[in-house]
Amino acid sequence: METARAAEAAGLDATIVWHRDRDIAGADIVLLPGGFSYGDYLRSGAIARFSPILHAVREHARRGGAVLGICNGFQILCEAGLLPGALNRNAGLAFVSRPVGIRVERVTTPFTTVFGPGTTLRLPVAHGEGRFVAPADDITRLEAEGRVVLRYVEGQNPNGSVHDIAGIANAKGNVVGIMPHPERAVGAVGAGADGAGFFASMASWVPIVKGVV
Amino acid sequence: MTFRVRIRVMPRAELLDPQGQAVERALGELGFSDARRARIGRAIELTVEAPSASEAEQRAEAMCEQLLANPVTEDFAIEVES
Repeated sequence: METARAAEAAGLDATIVWHRDRDIAGADIVLLPGGFSYGDYLRSGAIARFSPILHAVREHARRGGAVLGICNGFQILCEAGLLPGALNRNAGLAFVSRPVGIRVERVTTPFTTVFGPGTTLRLPVAHGEGRFVAPADDITRLEAEGRVVLRYVEGQNPNGSVHDIAGIANAKGNVVGIMPHPERAVGAVGAGADGAGFFASMASWVPIVKGVV
Repeated sequence: MTFRVRIRVMPRAELLDPQGQAVERALGELGFSDARRARIGRAIELTVEAPSASEAEQRAEAMCEQLLANPVTEDFAIEVES
């Protein structure tokens, strides 16, 4: 809900799709929200990847459509094989819920175009399983190909993620998964407004896809 | 035939296992300081209808690869009994 509201606040037209639906209704961008939207049975995101809607999301991604997974949505994208790696139990074990410093490392994704490279944001994280891990080869590839989209500011890594990784993109750059919650920082109560740029990026990206700009 | 399958899924040895570390520390507090290298995984039990034990094992292997274990972070072991 708050993800949809944050998108609407940026001038986007948002439709909430039920996980049992099979159709993403011609959307330009698919957002997989966070916040324990699915049961975390077995492993976070492991069961959600069988939701009927994931077929449509996969097809959308294959055609180059934009997909953003936030927190639990990031876990689902990894479990579904749309992004490499996995999100394991936080190194400190405890569920962390607090704002942390996040650096934007890549601005050429549909979700980060409005940021200057290296911009530092303050965004809330809220997860128990957010420690990004991947085989060493995958990490090397992610770094070499500039696919680390967000990184925790040094010393503020809340979960022990390798290379302080907070968000990554697929090879084409159209599928992105991030652990922090930009939708909880769009200027409403408390958490600041640093998340608004993600939605503003999407708003500026949609007309480009449609070819009207 | 019906085979009883026990699957053990464990975090990869080279990966940090914060649950295992926490349990090891707690055991130490209780005086079990001889307990070392605690690792925590999960056990799954199910039955499989298959013509032979080896086929039951193959089915279980496929289940692990596709769902029960995450190939990025976990290893699995399978035991089959009739």
